[in-house]
Amino acid sequence: MKKYVCSVCGYVYDPEKGIPEEGIAPGTAFEDLPDSFVCPVCGVGKEDFEPEA
Amino acid sequence: MKPVKITDNIYWVGAVDWNLRNFHGYLTQRGSTYNAYLVIDDKITLIDTVKEGFTGEMLERIAGVIDPSKIDYIISNHSEMDHSGSLPEMLMRAPGAEIIASANGEKNLKEHFKWDCKVRAVKAGDTLNTGKYTFTFVPEPMVHWPDSMVTYLEAEKILFSNDAFGQHLATSERFDDEYSPDIIMEEARKYYANIVLPYSPQVQKALNDLSGLKIETIATSHGIIWRRNISRIIEAYKQWSSNEVQKKALIVYDTMWHSTEKMAETIAAAFSEQGYNYRILSLQQNHISDIMTELLEAEYICVGSPTLNNNMLPTVAAFLTYMRGLAPKGRKAMAFGSYGWGGQSVKQVHEILESCGYQMLESAGIKFRPDDEALKKIRESLIKAI
Ligand SMILES: [Fe+2]
Ligand SMILES: [Fe+2]
Ligand SMILES: [Zn+2]
Repeated sequence: MKKYVCSVCGYVYDPEKGIPEEGIAPGTAFEDLPDSFVCPVCGVGKEDFEPEA
Repeated sequence: MKPVKITDNIYWVGAVDWNLRNFHGYLTQRGSTYNAYLVIDDKITLIDTVKEGFTGEMLERIAGVIDPSKIDYIISNHSEMDHSGSLPEMLMRAPGAEIIASANGEKNLKEHFKWDCKVRAVKAGDTLNTGKYTFTFVPEPMVHWPDSMVTYLEAEKILFSNDAFGQHLATSERFDDEYSPDIIMEEARKYYANIVLPYSPQVQKALNDLSGLKIETIATSHGIIWRRNISRIIEAYKQWSSNEVQKKALIVYDTMWHSTEKMAETIAAAFSEQGYNYRILSLQQNHISDIMTELLEAEYICVGSPTLNNNMLPTVAAFLTYMRGLAPKGRKAMAFGSYGWGGQSVKQVHEILESCGYQMLESAGIKFRPDDEALKKIRESLIKAI
């Protein structure tokens, strides 16, 4: 599973870890995040994320 | 207006905003400053600028040292307009100057000013040599914008920290050893609670990034420059960014006919009984930005609103919106209020507090005026729950 980077603030979503405190279980692929997902740091949506280079 | 010397080659050339009282909703009761710094070397560097409208004051100070057209570099640590507002005019005054910013800063400046001029984008650890001085750039995204950056000058052990460690405080004194340390810290605390708080995890990362640097001066973009109490402000940032709480409860409310107010007093009494410090904060008398400062290390936040036309009072909604954005973490919370019918406000307040991830105490809603019996019940069940 690929990591995704927030193009606004640089936050990295790591699917291995998920974001348990936001109710996103470890092992959740970026593609499987709900459309309502927002960057936990700066608040932008999924469309502002890019696969990590 | 004269420049203020920091070291032999470095000058404060900013501006003082004596009249600022509202920084998008933050009550800045002591005004503020926009700090810009001029560094004289073989090449001349200006670090940040000031808010539009204060450009003349900055230019006068620069002219007290050198002809502004001689500026070679302008480091833009942060593209928010209180620091970038003078950039367009500075580019006209110093047409040869090159702007230096973080990669996000470059994007922001170009989009914001609709520029196609050249901005040099730097990344962590990049440097700029101006003769005998070498500046090192450290982008600190989300402290407090995606573009935020700090600049370190090793030769003088100065950190140009931009908004970090700042205070909204208008003074002619420029250094922390020239002014009341308690007032500076109070304003630094209010600044943290109202601007920096949501980015506490990024602050911790930034403190870590900076921990290896030898820093003798922190040249902020607002307020006083730190040179005596550096460890005090660094320790305070460690503390504030930790989200650690103390035995303290805030009871924040508005009231129509004093019923919700009575409940607020009863709730405060229960906390007092349990050995908590507490603050009873009416939204009619207290500014939401001052309440945020009090909330910085409070374990409990209790919010009360009567029901007006099936809704919470607008003052309470405004406070909750502001607080949710500033996102203090890991608190315990409670909703309360009185009502004549319906009583929707208590549930609305409860839902917002719960959406902040807070551990919720049972809500207290009372129809019409709370009598002694009803207040006693609230007090007793709260004492058990705390
Ligand atoms: Fe800012
Ligand atoms: Fe600022
Ligand atoms: Zn982000």
